[in-house]
Formats: sequence, C-alpha cells, structure tokens
Amino acid sequence: MDPFPIPKDFLLPLPASPVDLQVAIVLLFLAHILFVNLMVGGSLLTLAYEVRGRRRPEFDLLAQKIAATVTVNKSLAVVLGVGPLLAMNALYALWFYTANSLTGRAWIMVVPLVIAAFLLLYAHKYSWQVLADRKGLHIALGATGTLLLLLVPFIFLANINLMLFPDRWLEVEGFLSTVLLPNVVPRFLHFVLASIAITALFLAGWLCRRRFDFESALPGLDRCETRRELLAAAFGATALQLVVGPLVLMTLPPNGFSWLMIGNLTVAVALGITGLVLLWREMGERGPLTARFWGIVVVLGCTVGVMAFVRHLYREEALAMHRELVAAHTEAFRAASVGAEMRLAAGVPRLGEAAAVASPGERTFRSVCMACHAVDEKRVGPPLTEIVDIYAGNPDGLIAWVKSPGKKRPGFPEMPPIRMQEGQYRAVANYILDEVFARAEQSPPVDGTTG
Amino acid sequence: MDFPVFHLDFLGNRMLIAMIAVLHVFINHSLAVGAMPLVTVLEWWGYRRGDQRWDGLAYRILTVCFVITTTLGALTGVGIWLSTSLVNPYAIGSLIRVFFWAWFTEWLVFVAEVLCIMIYYLTWKRMQDHKRAHVAVGAVLSLFSWVTMAIITAILGFMMDPGSWTARETFFSGVFNPIYLPQLAFRTPVAMVAAGWLALFLAFFFTRSDRDLRLGAVRLISLWSLAWLPFAAAGALWYWSVIPEWMAANVPVALGTQKFAAWYDQLLVVLAVMAATVGLAAVVGTLLPKRVPRVALLVPFAMTLVLLGSFERVREFIRKPYVIGDYMYANGLRVADYPLYKEEGVLRHATYTSVRSVTDDNGIEAGAEVFRLTCTRCHTATGINAVTDRLRSMYGPGPWDRDTVKFYLLGMHTARPFMPPFPGTEREAGALADYLLDLRAVTRPVIGAQDEGVVVPDEPSTPAEGGA
Repeated sequence: MDPFPIPKDFLLPLPASPVDLQVAIVLLFLAHILFVNLMVGGSLLTLAYEVRGRRRPEFDLLAQKIAATVTVNKSLAVVLGVGPLLAMNALYALWFYTANSLTGRAWIMVVPLVIAAFLLLYAHKYSWQVLADRKGLHIALGATGTLLLLLVPFIFLANINLMLFPDRWLEVEGFLSTVLLPNVVPRFLHFVLASIAITALFLAGWLCRRRFDFESALPGLDRCETRRELLAAAFGATALQLVVGPLVLMTLPPNGFSWLMIGNLTVAVALGITGLVLLWREMGERGPLTARFWGIVVVLGCTVGVMAFVRHLYREEALAMHRELVAAHTEAFRAASVGAEMRLAAGVPRLGEAAAVASPGERTFRSVCMACHAVDEKRVGPPLTEIVDIYAGNPDGLIAWVKSPGKKRPGFPEMPPIRMQEGQYRAVANYILDEVFARAEQSPPVDGTTG
Repeated sequence: MDFPVFHLDFLGNRMLIAMIAVLHVFINHSLAVGAMPLVTVLEWWGYRRGDQRWDGLAYRILTVCFVITTTLGALTGVGIWLSTSLVNPYAIGSLIRVFFWAWFTEWLVFVAEVLCIMIYYLTWKRMQDHKRAHVAVGAVLSLFSWVTMAIITAILGFMMDPGSWTARETFFSGVFNPIYLPQLAFRTPVAMVAAGWLALFLAFFFTRSDRDLRLGAVRLISLWSLAWLPFAAAGALWYWSVIPEWMAANVPVALGTQKFAAWYDQLLVVLAVMAATVGLAAVVGTLLPKRVPRVALLVPFAMTLVLLGSFERVREFIRKPYVIGDYMYANGLRVADYPLYKEEGVLRHATYTSVRSVTDDNGIEAGAEVFRLTCTRCHTATGINAVTDRLRSMYGPGPWDRDTVKFYLLGMHTARPFMPPFPGTEREAGALADYLLDLRAVTRPVIGAQDEGVVVPDEPSTPAEGGA
C-alpha cells in the first residue's frame, strides 16, 4: 500500500510557466493578506476603542473612524483574494482541492460566515447613532461580526496546512480533525497578532496624516498621544511574535525545511527585530510623524515579504516528492488512456469484454431496449409480442417510431427518442422482428428476467 | 476519481451550486450590471433638472445595491468557486487551466469595479459640488460591471459548446465559442429590465412622502425597462437559434424536470404570459404611472427573476451530458479516458476507493464505490434526485431485476441523452446494479469525504502496463 494517496494531475497544460504562477501567488497573496489584516485588525481595534469609549466618549469617535476604514478594507480583502485563489487553483489545484473536499462543510461555510460577518459589521457601522443609547447592544453587534470574521482564517489555515501533507490525508475525518493537526492554532495566533500590528501601524499613519484635521475630527484626543498608543500596540503585537513565531516553526512538520528556507527566515527575523527597535524609538518621539515612521513601514513590509517567500519555499519543498510521484502516475495514465483509445479506433476487441452476446442486434437490444421492454411481459413499455404484432414485416416503420416516438397508448409513459448509430437501428429491428421469435420457437427467449 | 468525493446526500451537490449561483446571478444582474447604469441615469437626471430629490432617490437606491452587492453579491461569487471546486474539482480545475487568463482579466476588472463602487458610493455626499465628475465615475462603474459579466459569459458559453476548442485547445478558440455573443445579447437587456423593476420597488419605499416624485420615478424607470424589453426579446430569439440541436432536445426536461417534461407546452405558455405581463407593466408604468398599484411594483420583478432563473436552469441542464462540451462528462470524467475505463474499469483507476476490482463476493461494496465515483455528482442515494427514485419511476416499487438494471445502466445514454454513458466495465455495471438493488431494500445515505475521510486500497491505482 502507498504510504499516502497518489492521485493523477489534470491532463491539460498549465496556463503559464510554474515559476510565473509561483511569483503571482506570492505577490497577489501579499496584497490580499494585507487587506485581510486591516479588516480583522480594524474590527478588533474598533471594538476595543468602542468599549473604552463607554467611559471616555472621545474614544467612541475614534472607534467610528476606524470602522469607516473597515468598510473599504473588507471589500478589498475579498476582491483581492480572488486573484491568488485563481493562481492557487491553477498551480496547486490537486492539493488544494483535496484539502477543500476533506474539510468540505467548513470550507463552504466560509461563504455564509463572511456574508453574516459583513452584514453585522454594516449594521454596526450604520446604527452607531440609532443605538447610541443602547451601547451594549451596539457593541454586541460589532463583537458578533468580528467573532464570525475570526472563524474564517481558521478554515483557510486548516486548508492550506492540510494540502501540504498528503501523508495525513488518510487520517483526517472532517474539519475539526484538520484543525487539530499541528501548526494550525499557532499560525492563527501569528495571523491575529500580525493583523493588530499592521492595522495599528496603518492607523498611526492614516489618522496622523498631515491633511487630516485631527483635532476637529476627534475632539478631546491628542494627536501625539493617539499615535504613540497605536505605535505601542504595533510594537507589543510584533514583540509577541518573538514567542509565537518559534512556536509556528516548531510545530511545522519537518518535510518542508531546507537551508534556503532557514537562511531567508533568519533574514526575516533580523528585519523584524530591526523594525521593533525603530518602533521603540519612534514611540519616544513628540511632534508629527518622522521619516523614521516610513522606515518602519518599509522594514516591516520587507519582513512580511521575506516571510511570504519563506512560506513559499516551505510549501514547494514539502510538496516536491509528492509532486514527482503524481507526475509519474499522471504520465502513465495518459499513456494507458491513449493506448485504449487507439485500440478502440483500430477495432481491437476490448480486454475482458463478455463475448456471450451473439448478434449486433441482440447486443444493442440488451444495452438499449431491455431497460424498458421484455419479450412477453409489460415493463416500462409494452412487451415485444405486441410490437411484433404491429410491425411484423415492417422494420422501417419500427425504425421510424424508435427515432421519433409519440405517446400512443394509455397506461404507458411516453418513449424517449433513441439516438444510436444508423446501423444499430436496422440491426435491432431485425433482431426484434425476426430473431427473437424465430428462436422463441426452439428455446426460451432472452428476456432479461433470468440471471 | 482523483479527489476525495465531497457529497451532500440530502441536498444534492448540484443544488448546493445552484442555490449559490442563482442567488449570485439575481444579485449581479439586478443590483450591479443593471442597477449601476440606472442609478447613474437617475443621478444625471436630477443633476440636469437641478432637482435634489432625484439625487436623494438615486443615492438611496444605490445604498441598497452597495450593501447587498458587497456582501451577498461578492461572496456568492466567491461561493461559486468554492462550491464548484468541492462538487466537481476535476471540471473546474480543467476550466481554470483553459480560461485562466480570461478569469485573470475578469478579476482585474472586478478589482476596478469594487474600487469604483467604493468611490462612487462613499464620495456621493462629498462630491456634490463636482457632480459631473461623480456621474462619470458612475458611468465607468457601469462599464466595469458589464465587462465582468461579458467575460464570465464567454466561459459559460464555452461550457455549453466549445466550438473549435476541442480540436485546437487554445485560449481564443475557447473564448469565441458560437454561443457567446447571443448569450451576452440576451443577458445584458434582461439585467437592465430586472434592475428597472427592483429600482421601481425600492423607489416606492423611498418616495412615500413625495407623490410628485413617485409619479416621475415610476414613469422614468418604467420607460427604462420598456426601452430594454425589445432587446431582451431579440436576444432570446438569437440565443435560441444557436443552441445546438442535440441540446435543444433536452429543453423540455430542463424546464420542467423529468416528472413534468410532458407539461412542456403549458410551461412555455406560463413563461410567455409572464413575459407579457412584464412588458405590459412597463407600458402601463410609462403611460399611466398613476395607475400602478403597490403590488404591481413587486410582481414584474419577481416574474423577471423567475424568467431569469428558468433561463439559468435550462442553460445548466441543456449542456448535459457534458460539463465541458465534448471534453468532459458531467461526472467529471474525460471523454477521452472512456475507452480505458470501459476496458479496465473505473475502480482500477480511482485514487480513493475501498476496492480495486469487482469480485464474486464484493458486489455491493464495489457497486457502492462505483456509485460514489461516477453517479454522485448529480444523484443522491436518499435525497434530491435520488437514484432509487429514478429507477422506481421506471421499474415500480420493486424488487427490481438485476440484469434489467444492469443493461439499463449500460445503455441509458441512448434513451436519456442528458445522461453520460456508463464509464466502467460490464462487471462494474453489474456491481452497481447489485448496490442499487440493495439500496432499494435498505435505504441509506452516501456519506461524503468531508465527514468520513477517504480510504485507499492495498493495490495502487497505477495502470499495470501503463508506462508501456
């Protein structure tokens, strides 16, 4: 027995070179995950500031400003997800679809979950004034939406994790068992922390941009203080990655490790730590955003970029062996399929075909007509005895009827037009009108009721 | 054959896709493709007449479109991807390989469309002083909405009739398939008409305190629908004329299901009456806007949706027995691989199955695997379109005769042209008959891989003489 399943790949060429598709997946996915992070982080921070706003109303306004960014970011997250999904479905379809099927119920739940989450977030955003006096209910709306939103990455992570490990495909039973595979939960934490860090960084830049009239838009809040707080959130969340990151690495199955991957990972970690140092310094600044802020954005952006490349290296390495086995199997199957097609075209009899059936007419009768007609009993349609009564000596009439029947008698359903090769009509008509009854006089007829 | 078999035995797999896809088409056509140009026209009308009330009406209609298209609309679109990849992974994966660049282009347009609707909706209030520019955004948005539909329609047309693709297998020979332009010529005006009825329905709520505006809105929007109706009729005729003949033979079953196929003529009359009602409502709304009663605003919208839904059902059905015309059957098996399966059996070449071949004492188990591999994309064991119901309608409550069922399976594609031929060996057809007879006696659902996982047999599936 194979240690794991080796399916056949698609028998059509890839739409682009594998390298181009790999580059596309890495880059397009980065764009997608950026907005997913801003959507999830934005929802979480909206919630946090709204709760805080119950005591200090100036934070309620800040929460509302953040919620406004979620409206745009969530739609971009969805639309930018389609591109990488498409590239994924071209390059990794065999592995990705397998994981999808094995987690099918949860996978399809992504659709209603996101719809419900988005509708709740809209309800939350557009009922801010209406529910001003019922803050608890309003916060509950936002919290429920955010919670549903947080379930979705779980499902995606379980899928892209499972697809890398064909050796686990035979042991999973349903979505829950795939979540319990190592690496899913640590990666989820990794993702949530990244969402908070990226969103806090984005908001620090967005709310403190020069053209934004902070003081009149957010009365009661201090621009510097707010910025420092957001930078601190980004710092804290990124610093926690120093704990969660190693956890992710340790729970990764070893089949995807390579020195190239470790080397790049080291670069990414070094970049991340540089970003942390810069963040710490920026938090001490008073006054407007400095050029250092953009330095932080660039450094942490590079960290994320290299991390995405590391993840890609791991995936390629983890699938390399399985992919070779699949390719060999696919080629063997293609050759076998072409061989069978050629044998059929050359008229070589099929291997193992039952040779029991004698005439071509009888063969056609058995495979086409016998489903509804027997010799002397009523099935779906009338028995052959009646048909012979009508068409004896008139095979052309019978053929015309078979090609284009109508509804003739009560108690029987309408017969569908039968499409066969031209020669088959003649053969089966002769078989019914001559052979069956000629033989019936000598031995019991073929009527399908025996055997 | 090469993927774990996802299966919903109660709902049926096709129904899962159908629910998501039909909802998506309804929303896409009536709230995006048709609604964006209509809202733009309403905004422009208000701007030209210097009447702020029209601007407010357009904004409110757009609000509804915005909330629904960015949630239900967008996600059901993604849902078509997710559900088709579950139900027929080999088919959707093959389509992606052929149409990758069409979908990729469509995606770019889709990104532009989303950006435009964000700008159009979220800057409506802020750009009051730049109305011309804002109306221009609406026009660009309308164009993008239409282009995304135009690209997708190429793929839908291809699934029905690949034209020269099966010989050439190139991207452009696939895109310019014979059904493409007629289908687009039909969908476009239908989307516009559907949007008109929806807007009319919404306008009723948004003009409650302004009778004067209501009359004007009913007249203008009815005129919009009326103007598009002749194009819808012409598009429908053109579309009908290019459907391949063998597909047209499927239409009675497609419209009415097998049970009601005999009512085909009556169904056509009902659909024609509905189309006439929609047309009449448009005429009345244009000429006598005062006479339009409340319900009259909902009825034509519902009827347009029913017509659109029937169209989608027929379109989906008449492509059978193929999922990709001439290339792949609805069961996800390639036409070209049939000779091999007929010779050596589907079990021999399946990745996930509990048995490799039919033996004298594993008939029911082997038959169950054959059923799972070759029938479950369309049939269930106990739910919608249950295979036992199909057999019962032919052979009565039973018990059924094994050989009758077996020979029916081997030849069913001749009597039922929408069925793919049975792909396996005669022995496998016998095992399938064993299973079906047993299923009649002991009803039990087929459990999908999403619930009980997958198994592989001891013997690998690599063809023995395959490399030779």
